[in-house]
Amino acid sequence: MKVNVYVTLKPGVLDPQGKAIHHALEGLGFGGVADVRAGRFIELDVADGTSDADLDAMCAKLLANTVIENYRIERP
Amino acid sequence: MKTAVIVFPGSNCDRDMAIALEQVAGRAPAMVWHRETELPDGTDFIALPGGFSYGDYLRSGAMAARSPILRSVADAAGRGVPVLGVCNGFQVLTEALLLPGALMRNAGLNFVCRTVPLKVENSQSLFTASYSAGEEINIPVAHHDGNYFADAATLDRIEGEGRVAFRYADPVNGSARDIAGVLNDAGNVLGMMPHPERAIDRAHGGTDGLRLFEAALGVLA
Repeated sequence: MKVNVYVTLKPGVLDPQGKAIHHALEGLGFGGVADVRAGRFIELDVADGTSDADLDAMCAKLLANTVIENYRIERP
Repeated sequence: MKTAVIVFPGSNCDRDMAIALEQVAGRAPAMVWHRETELPDGTDFIALPGGFSYGDYLRSGAMAARSPILRSVADAAGRGVPVLGVCNGFQVLTEALLLPGALMRNAGLNFVCRTVPLKVENSQSLFTASYSAGEEINIPVAHHDGNYFADAATLDRIEGEGRVAFRYADPVNGSARDIAGVLNDAGNVLGMMPHPERAIDRAHGGTDGLRLFEAALGVLA
């Protein structure tokens, strides 16, 4: 079973990489981009029936640093 | 004094750290591979060195913080054994939740590699007792992810509790409140981005780092 995990910086945490991407987009002539936040996408191939609790623990214990990041789990 | 340096795949300051510990303690440290589950008996000082453990995969320090030896390090820290994390070692300690906050990509996105002035904020800790409060010392930094972040409440708390050991005298990497080094609540765990082990010999260009090891290893001149 494929599970998608999206890890994003919490609101209020400065994102220098997102800012640099934003500047680069502007440099390419793409105006009208108000903000860019960069995150991480992780695709897990897990056993069918893996519980929500286990997936949540994987994110909380390793995939995201909950001091600075939020995560969202997307099951098929 | 029995010291230990934890070595991860990708550590690259482990030997510099070992030289500093041997020079001050008079005895070479145990080099402990990350897959070990136990520290040598009687270890009474632990150093987590700089480098790029696990290639900084996922986040700097994230994989190392989950390696087997870290459980023993956390147990030892809980018993009051001094633990010093430098650079990547600081990142590992935050990822292992032994220190508050997180170290993010430098605000300027550049790798910063130079000697910087630090202000000693807390001269009472076991690591900093050889400095005077407010003293300015020069210690090299070399990092890409040294931008210290914690929420405002955490920053207020650690400042109020005197747990900011060092501050950058001038902004270096975007760190919140220019924090360069942080102590745990018991004061026996210190994480810092600057490298004291790179300032222990006049040939290094300075010896301001030496006094940290002298204080921490209890051999104050």
